[in-house]
Amino acid sequence: MKVLVPVKRVIDYNVKVRVKPDKTGVDLANVKMSMNPFDEISVEEAVRMKEAGTVTEIVVVSVGPQQAQETLRTALAMGADRGILIKTDATVEPLGVAKLLAKVVADESPDLVILGKQAIDDDSNQTGQMLAALLDWPQGTFAFKLEKDGDKLKVTREVDGGLQTVSLTLPAIVTVDLRLNEPRYASLPNIMKAKKKEIVEKTPEEYGVDISPRLTVVTVTEPPVRQAGEKVEDVATLVSKLKTAGAV
Amino acid sequence: MAVLVIAEHHHGALSDATHKVVTAAAKFGGDVDLLVAGEHAAEVVPAAAKVSGVRKVLKAEGESLRKQTGESMEALVVPLMANYDAVFIAASTTGKNIAPRIAARLDVMQLSEIIDVVDSSTFTRPIYAGNAIMTVKSSDAKKVITVRGTAFEAAGNEGSASVEDVAAPEGPFKSEFVSEEMVKSDRPELTGAKRVVSGGRALGSADEFNRLIVPLADKLGAAVGASRAAVDAGYAPNDYQVGQTGKIVAPELYIAIGISGAIQHLAGMKDSKIIVAINKDEEAPIFQVADYGLVADLFNAVPELTEAL
Repeated sequence: MKVLVPVKRVIDYNVKVRVKPDKTGVDLANVKMSMNPFDEISVEEAVRMKEAGTVTEIVVVSVGPQQAQETLRTALAMGADRGILIKTDATVEPLGVAKLLAKVVADESPDLVILGKQAIDDDSNQTGQMLAALLDWPQGTFAFKLEKDGDKLKVTREVDGGLQTVSLTLPAIVTVDLRLNEPRYASLPNIMKAKKKEIVEKTPEEYGVDISPRLTVVTVTEPPVRQAGEKVEDVATLVSKLKTAGAV
Repeated sequence: MAVLVIAEHHHGALSDATHKVVTAAAKFGGDVDLLVAGEHAAEVVPAAAKVSGVRKVLKAEGESLRKQTGESMEALVVPLMANYDAVFIAASTTGKNIAPRIAARLDVMQLSEIIDVVDSSTFTRPIYAGNAIMTVKSSDAKKVITVRGTAFEAAGNEGSASVEDVAAPEGPFKSEFVSEEMVKSDRPELTGAKRVVSGGRALGSADEFNRLIVPLADKLGAAVGASRAAVDAGYAPNDYQVGQTGKIVAPELYIAIGISGAIQHLAGMKDSKIIVAINKDEEAPIFQVADYGLVADLFNAVPELTEAL
């Protein structure tokens, strides 16, 4: 099986994001960037499937600026085989990304596309499902477990209140949730090897995809600040305060 | 203008989240119709017709709509959208699964997890796990929207909508429902719970987590959560994790026990109505967001609190 894994470069999850004073967005200058944590889980799953012999090739793809190449290198160091960078400095919305990915799928003919369920910057949770609709492929979102079952893929999904299993006819789209696996750290030898792996550069224009945004940001603001509350002396005071507030 | 709301229901009961989505849809403006789709949709129709503000209930019943898979719901909803300016659905795992497929087929950009409707093309939604709030204007002719339920009041039950049948799509689809394994617990589900008790690394072990956090949660009828540090240390299962990469919660009462309050945790719970923090380190960042902070040794304070409630 051939697998395509899209990865996104986002603000590292440990960084405290700051809203720009002019309210046009969040400050990205001199901020540590990393691979979207959910995408690390997708790469890890693909690599494990390759190690288990169910996958023969892993292609990683990223839509973003030149620096997104570093994110691709991280994926290559984890065990992916080659990369595609669709280079653009523009903000590409999930619909645009899904359209670009549909073109990559047409070129590469993977049997499976594994994506993170959402990126931790815009929290959209859309790209995988949109790609599935554009390709008319089945989807298994929020995956907790994947099992190849002949020409089908069994996906156990994290749904509100429990787990649900669906059977998908390949080719298919999977989006991954947190509990699917724990991504590895790339070893130094693998980081060195990854430097020699191929990354092809493309542009959205080469794919003939219109990525102009449909949404305009009006403002980006800080969330309402919580009033730091009061310290209470002991448990009895805490209970009486909670009772007064009607919380218990 | 007209808005289609996709109802969510389980075992014949209409979800509370659907009532909240109806409120959001009413704020968008125009007539609000409620689509009840499923294998046994008829059971839900009486409750759906009573939701205040609903003009018409569309009933789509058929085996192909079992569990509202993304593929079947796309086939059902996309043709219906010829008559609507917007479709609203709860930002539940069901809504998140379905909505982007509809948006892509309509060639529009979805607005995810909105917390406010400013006007019929402008919406507010959290980004960076709630660390920033974005107001965004859509230029698309039709809107596809998922709604964060905690941000809207539930619509009442004083309506009397008419009911209309719509045909369920023909299967089979390339995705098939196999089985479901729902957590059988008297405890509420973490993301929808009105009260949450969370434990952190200071608990020191899984045994202490279970000995101290669980009885307090039971006493309060609360869901149990945990910090990433507690999950990483193996004190609590992964699906308990509250935070940017875990679950986002906004209960009426959130009790953080032995949690220092890393950014990643705060991002997941700071919209809670009342936050209580119990921690022996008075410098812990969790106290900066807590309404009531108790600087104390949790091993004494928690049993005492459980006892006192």
